[in-house]
Amino acid sequence: MSLFIIVLLPFLGALLPGLMIRAGRQVCYTTTMLVTGAAAIGLATHAPAILRGETVTAKLDWLPGLGLNANLFLDPLGFMFAALILGIGLLIVAYARYYLSREDNMGEFYVYLLLFQGAMVGIVLSDNILLLLIFWELTSLSSFLLIGYWKHLPEGRQGARMALAVTGMGGLALIGGMLLLGQIAGSYDLTVILERRGQIQDSPLYLPALLLILLGCFTKSAQFPFHFWLPHAMAAPTPVSAYLHSATMVKAGLFLMARLWPVLSGTPEWTALVAGAGLLTMVLGALIAIFKHDLKALLAFSTVSHLGLITFLLGTGTAFGAMAAVFHILNHASFKAALFMSAGIVDHEAHTRDMRRLGGLRKLMPITFSIALLAGLSMAGIPLLNGFLSKEMMLEEATHTTLFGSPMLVTVAATVGALFSAAYSFRLIAHTYFGPERDDYPSHPHDPGAGMWLPPGLLIIPVVVIGLFPALAEPFVKLVTGAVIGNAAELPDAHLKIWHGLVPALWMSVIAVIGGALLLMAFRPLSKAWEAAPRPEAKAIFDDVIAGSVALSRGLTQRLHDGAFTRYAAIMVVTVVAIGAHAWFTGTAGLPTREMLPMTPIAVVAWAMLIAAAAFLVAAHRNRLAVLILMGIIGLMVSVGFNHFSAPDLALTQISVEVVTIILLLLALNFLPNRTPAESGAPRRIRDGVIALSGGAAAAGLIYTILMSDFPLGTISDYHLANSYKGGGGDNVVNVILVDFRGFDTFGEIIVLGIAALVIYALTETLLSSKVRARLLNRGYETEQAGDAHPLMMVVLTRVMMPVVLMVGVYIFLRGHNEPGGGFVAGLVVAIAVVMQYMASGFAWAARRQRYPYHGIIGAGVLVAGLTGIGSWFAGVPFLTSAFGYFRIPPMQEFELATAMGFDLGVFLAVVGAVMLSLESFSRLARRQDTEDSEYAMDIDPSRGAELVPGRAKEEN
Amino acid sequence: MELLIATAVGALTAAGIYMVLRLRTFPVIIGTSLLSYAVNVFLFASGRLALNAPPVLRDGVETYTDPLPQALVLTAIVISFGMTAVVVIIALGSWLSSDDDLVDVPAVSDGDAAEPALPREQRQEAAQ
Repeated sequence: MSLFIIVLLPFLGALLPGLMIRAGRQVCYTTTMLVTGAAAIGLATHAPAILRGETVTAKLDWLPGLGLNANLFLDPLGFMFAALILGIGLLIVAYARYYLSREDNMGEFYVYLLLFQGAMVGIVLSDNILLLLIFWELTSLSSFLLIGYWKHLPEGRQGARMALAVTGMGGLALIGGMLLLGQIAGSYDLTVILERRGQIQDSPLYLPALLLILLGCFTKSAQFPFHFWLPHAMAAPTPVSAYLHSATMVKAGLFLMARLWPVLSGTPEWTALVAGAGLLTMVLGALIAIFKHDLKALLAFSTVSHLGLITFLLGTGTAFGAMAAVFHILNHASFKAALFMSAGIVDHEAHTRDMRRLGGLRKLMPITFSIALLAGLSMAGIPLLNGFLSKEMMLEEATHTTLFGSPMLVTVAATVGALFSAAYSFRLIAHTYFGPERDDYPSHPHDPGAGMWLPPGLLIIPVVVIGLFPALAEPFVKLVTGAVIGNAAELPDAHLKIWHGLVPALWMSVIAVIGGALLLMAFRPLSKAWEAAPRPEAKAIFDDVIAGSVALSRGLTQRLHDGAFTRYAAIMVVTVVAIGAHAWFTGTAGLPTREMLPMTPIAVVAWAMLIAAAAFLVAAHRNRLAVLILMGIIGLMVSVGFNHFSAPDLALTQISVEVVTIILLLLALNFLPNRTPAESGAPRRIRDGVIALSGGAAAAGLIYTILMSDFPLGTISDYHLANSYKGGGGDNVVNVILVDFRGFDTFGEIIVLGIAALVIYALTETLLSSKVRARLLNRGYETEQAGDAHPLMMVVLTRVMMPVVLMVGVYIFLRGHNEPGGGFVAGLVVAIAVVMQYMASGFAWAARRQRYPYHGIIGAGVLVAGLTGIGSWFAGVPFLTSAFGYFRIPPMQEFELATAMGFDLGVFLAVVGAVMLSLESFSRLARRQDTEDSEYAMDIDPSRGAELVPGRAKEEN
Repeated sequence: MELLIATAVGALTAAGIYMVLRLRTFPVIIGTSLLSYAVNVFLFASGRLALNAPPVLRDGVETYTDPLPQALVLTAIVISFGMTAVVVIIALGSWLSSDDDLVDVPAVSDGDAAEPALPREQRQEAAQ
């Protein structure tokens, strides 16, 4: 089966349980089993090749420009992890079927579990470190969902949040580290990176990359000082704990350290950091574990301790250490998952996990007892079980390791760690299963059905078999070790066996077991002393740190974002001007290289009008109607200016937009107060004036400098001028740029315009469906009404002008490709023609005669433009490539047809629709209670006679 | 001539900034419109000024002004209409539903502001 399918199966399968739960729990469970099982079978099909020492690869270019390829590869190391993930995954799925109660949503649980499974398989099969990072983040997210599965428990939510915060933070560091690593190696492909040991270790970036990568690994694998999240994640349902903390999540960090072992290990920094942190975590975790009363808490800290052990083994940087690490990963996964599941059984049956309330379960739950006994003794390192073998190898390695200049330090620490480990393992067994039977269990315990004890029972098989016949596991362990160390070291000439002779490691082991037993005998006084001793509580520290950063960011946010928008604007302007001024005074602006154009009298007059209008506008801005008139003058001058400086298209657009904008603002002013009250005092006005003048001076200075100098890097416009006719078939270069060269931009812009109009429509609908509607309908008139709202002269005039204006619109549209004009301008002109009808005869009258809804026109415009673009696909050319030809239909002259016209038609329709929908929405707000839906186009129509004038007639009677 | 354009851009920018800093919605909208003029003219002028050289190809004519800024500004003009219209309806909505056309959110005391910022769950946990 392709590696892609193996990785994708859990993700795709994650869709199923949520649906299948409707068909019942059994169906949901079976589906999940089938998904995981199929992935496991897929993996198994590669087993022969892997055991032959081959590597299976699957390659897919995803974003080659970024070096991000969806490359997967399966080597013995990845195979071992994938087998653990899927194999133990199967057992967990089965176990959870009986563990979850009827109130738990099983479908949701299996969805999260499969997502997590897929992410984990993705990590161990990735051949690209960017791809690996994606899966890495996915495990953080999906484990968050799993740990917080019992949403009703505050511990569950807090534990999930803590796990996400710590592993997510580590994930960020890891991204940095991996990017550095990729930079150093010159490739993001793992197989390439793994061959660049010398290049990576000689690089000055080695240390930063190492630190960041280790931060990611240590947070994920709960190494000191990031160990604290793991015990809090125990609030999750036991199947989750068993899965995440024995075989998967926490092993991801170990996997990555093992994967990058050939290129990162062996340096003094690596040994000090990794071996040091591992050793410390091993001892500390084991010590804390002894005194935990909760079964799962004890197991959690024991997991921390064992992860430390494996980290230490990888940290020593020797091939023998790597081999011991690989072996212990296998052994730990088997006995720890079995122990977690047995703890879950105890919890499920006795309704408590507190060892102070347990004891004497040996007779009541013989099967569970046997499982826990064997797994627990393996964890303690008792001979003939698999835990003993890898622990011996660890102790052996410890005697050969020198850390921080002291050869004895590691030996002593390893022995102490093993001693503590034996102590908590003995305690787990003794305090839960031995001792007198009690009569005050919260619930009377007995062995559960086979569905629950079979999964841990199966895991005991390797514990015992490997323990008795270690040679069986040796070929596989050596194969995986070979994959870990790569070309960086020789495969060690060591064998997995029970009896190595009277070596130091054996004596250390004996000391550990006897010491552990003695420690347990003295448990009561020791526990009292432990409880009395002051210890830093990691959760409290974590909560304080989080609360502190929340308070800090809230304080900052509230100071900066206090809702005073004018202040934000002032700060922004001042900042931009200050930065610009800094650039101006420290940089070098070139001297003027262009001659100034001579001023013409007409230009000076227009300029004076614009400046005067702007000045009056500011001076008289409280009179809002005057402001609109002055705005009209400014807009007109701007458009005249465009025309003067060779931009006829801009002039046309500006003047038509000006008309609709002023109409829009007039409509708004219909509701808003006519005057702006005087509120700000003189200091405030002076301050604003200074800010405004500095901003204006900056803009003026900048554009003056630009205008007086030539293009420093040449211009790309020559290309457009040269190709406008050849490639686009048009003489009007601006139009050809809009519909051809930059057609895709224009396509986006008409969509934006359409969305803006729809937003306005939606907001109007919201307003009209709220209490505002009644207010609008019943509001009075502030001023005397004209009595002739739809005057005869205006109605007649607009009616007469309508066809003329429409024709102008069509003319402007058609000539657009070769002369100034085009879809934008034509759309605006036609919109104005229609708006005139609304103004002359009233909204209701005009709206009744409007046959096509404006939304539809916007949509049609976008569709027409899009389809024109897609049409070029059928000719086998990219989106929006235009084609054109010249035709002659007698008796007309020869004329040109270009596909760009179709696109321009789309632009035209979208503009008409957007402008009309906006204005129409505003007009709908203006309806009053006494607005009559007149049948007639005008109020006073001589041909009807005075009595037929609506409204008037009533008044006179 | 360049001086005229530069001072016009400066005047429009200054007037726009001053209006944006006012306290009511209507002058702020006017301010953004003035800033749109200023920005459009600025962008257009960055193609340098030329008289009687429209970018419409003609036989025998060799010099044309820069068409690219013109194309950019053309769409910008239309889009700025859409933007103005959206801002106006938002301003109208706030005025009609609360009789308030102040731009600034009224200052709230710290206690009031802190409460809703926390999700319900966290507040419950904090209380425990």
